[in-house]
Amino acid sequence: MAELVTVRLTVNGVAREGRCEPRKLLVDFLREDLQLTGTHVGCEHGICGACTILLNGQAARSCIMLAVQADGAELVTVEGLMQNGKLHPLQEAFREHHALQCGFCTPGMLLTALDLLRTNPAPTEAEIREGLSAVLCRCTGYQGIVNAVRAAARTPGGPAGA
Amino acid sequence: MKPAQFDYHAPTSVDEALALLQRYAGDAKILAGGQSLVPLLNFRLSRPAALVDLNRIPALAYIKEEGGQVRLGAMTRQRTIEFSPVVKERLPLLGEATRWVGHLPIRTRGTIGGSIAHADPSAEYPAVLTALAGEVVARGPKGERVIAAKDLFQTYLTTSLGADEILVEVRIPAMPAGAGYALEEFARRHGDFAIVGIAAMIVRQGPRCTVARLATAGAGPVPLRLRAAEEILERDGLGEAAIEAAARRAAELVSPDGDIHASADYRRHLTGVLTKRAITRALGVARG
Ligand SMILES: Cc1cc2nc3c(=O)[nH]c(=O)nc-3n(C[C@H](O)[C@H](O)[C@H](O)COP(=O)(O)OP(=O)(O)OC[C@H]3O[C@@H](n4cnc5c(N)ncnc54)[C@H](O)[C@@H]3O)c2cc1C
Ligand code: FES
Ligand code: FES
Repeated sequence: MAELVTVRLTVNGVAREGRCEPRKLLVDFLREDLQLTGTHVGCEHGICGACTILLNGQAARSCIMLAVQADGAELVTVEGLMQNGKLHPLQEAFREHHALQCGFCTPGMLLTALDLLRTNPAPTEAEIREGLSAVLCRCTGYQGIVNAVRAAARTPGGPAGA
Repeated sequence: MKPAQFDYHAPTSVDEALALLQRYAGDAKILAGGQSLVPLLNFRLSRPAALVDLNRIPALAYIKEEGGQVRLGAMTRQRTIEFSPVVKERLPLLGEATRWVGHLPIRTRGTIGGSIAHADPSAEYPAVLTALAGEVVARGPKGERVIAAKDLFQTYLTTSLGADEILVEVRIPAMPAGAGYALEEFARRHGDFAIVGIAAMIVRQGPRCTVARLATAGAGPVPLRLRAAEEILERDGLGEAAIEAAARRAAELVSPDGDIHASADYRRHLTGVLTKRAITRALGVARG
């Protein structure tokens, strides 16, 4: 086995550390080493978006990044969205608008949508659809997801600050 | 699938990175944004002995204006380019092209240097570099050299960069004030690689066209500058007939290959259609 490297990073505001091979993908590090299985892994080549996380505040694919590259970084995963036992406004909107069925794509959808709303707090429907095209959903037909993101964008105080 | 084993190095300077490339004598791969390379590693289509990760070299990420050019460090993220005021002001065609590169989460990591070095025939940045006659700076064991776009792209996924060289900077002449521009593209889904794309810049003086720039993505193994089509506009102006003639000429100039995504004929047809659309839309934003 190759030499192990130490990875220290902040996940959802908590300092975490692990040791892994340099070839370990960030998504596998999150799921296997840090036991954060909310981040899903689908295609492992950047296409489906299931593994999307926030890396230093920006949405990124964790399946095409090495864990060692995240040393020193701040991550947000779906586990970090709930605050004080309350769903994030975007999660509330997803529940309200039936934006999920099996839930496989949902973690990636949420973090992609959060990044979208932070860079563009008042998106048009076309811009929402363009932004969400980064993540594949095989269940919902997307309409509920688009509705949820549109509704969340209109929430006073908005999800963008949260 | 998961990557095969490799040695991992994250140098903090270009010199250190060059020394590592020398040490592995062609068996190491440069890792930039990883948005093309890591999928290849995951599928084990690429099994380098070592990765030389450029992400810890902050000196490679910048956007500045110098000598009439916009100069971008190789590790400048596509996302940074998308939101850059300098790019918006001086190189709006590059800014527009960026929104066609994958999706925002891809652009968070993907770099301009990686996109150009990867030389995917359908990629947008190589088409813009070709249309605007940009160049890249490569650094190797023997020092620096400047490579013009037309000498850079050799065939599918192949450039004239040596295995011991690092692309350190991309230089693109700033666009003249008031120049019209457009990137027109057809892809099956937003964010997919283009089936065909056309990058266009038009400088007009009334009905006259003083400069026309047209280049392709996806219409052959390398991006192609459509010089003979540009000449029609520069000679005959920007009327409907001239635009039609330029578009027809564009379709004649390309020799695309067919693949699972589209036949050669369809790509040729798209080249004409998208050239017309790109010129027309560029005209709409041109001043002068
Ligand atoms: C889902 C998805 C959709 C995408 N859609 C598009 C699209 O529509 N259009 C598009 O253009 N791209 C698209 N891409 C690819 C993306 O733009 C990549 O970021 C880009 O192709 C490679 O840049 P990178 O920085 O990620 O490089 P890497 O993946 O790290 O490297 C790519 C190659 O270039 C070499 N390399 C990188 N940097 C240098 C350097 N400085 N000097 C010498 N060699 C270097 C590497 O060794 C490697 O061989 C997509 C990717 C994904 C995952
Ligand atoms: S698992 Fe990362 S994009 Fe599909
Ligand atoms: S809810 Fe099942 S994949 Fe989206």
